[in-house]
Amino acid sequence: MSSIRVRMFASLRERWQIDQVELKPEGIATVADVWRSLTGEAMTDQVLAAVNMEYARPETPVREGDEVAFFPPVTGG
Amino acid sequence: MAVKLVHGSFDPWRWLLDHQETRLSPGSYGATASFVGTMRDFNEGDRVEELFLEHYPGMTERELEKIVAEARDQWRFLDALIVHRVGEIRPGEPIVLVAVWSAHRGPAFDACRWIMEALKHRAPFWKKERRDGGTRWVARNTDGYDGY
Repeated sequence: MSSIRVRMFASLRERWQIDQVELKPEGIATVADVWRSLTGEAMTDQVLAAVNMEYARPETPVREGDEVAFFPPVTGG
Repeated sequence: MAVKLVHGSFDPWRWLLDHQETRLSPGSYGATASFVGTMRDFNEGDRVEELFLEHYPGMTERELEKIVAEARDQWRFLDALIVHRVGEIRPGEPIVLVAVWSAHRGPAFDACRWIMEALKHRAPFWKKERRDGGTRWVARNTDGYDGY
């Protein structure tokens, strides 16, 4: 049975010491659930998310096999 | 349309010219607008010695391609090129190039500006600065229109 792959970038990766992790999908329905299961916290506006490399919201559904990423506000250019 | 991420120093003007010579036919375009972002040696009052630019391989390219596609929905232009650095960057080195070719100047100017602002707001890149006292992540980008 496949799992959910979670990735963190930049300051969030350093803060939570998570680069990539596989999560069992039980009890996880949304992006916010993924974040809470890893950090024990609610998402704030300083935490952005993507599902399968598309921007997502806390309420975006997550299914097994998905890649969910968390990152801080972007600062490119 | 082309989106490229490059490791190591790059010459934006050579990229622009190479793209123009290989992808556009002479006489087809009457306007070329370009923006080049270059690394400063100061930020928020501190001297910055080096930047590290992190990205999300796969999503970054996709988001840049989406930005170009959305610009095409809004303006009629012939071609666009985005080149963006990743990895270590030193002061004085270019970070980003956006170039747009169109028949007339309006779409080239407008799409170039819009693409650059969208990149700043949406493309997954994160800057970490190295200064005297260590390193820090840049918290947010400056407002592109603060001089207006």
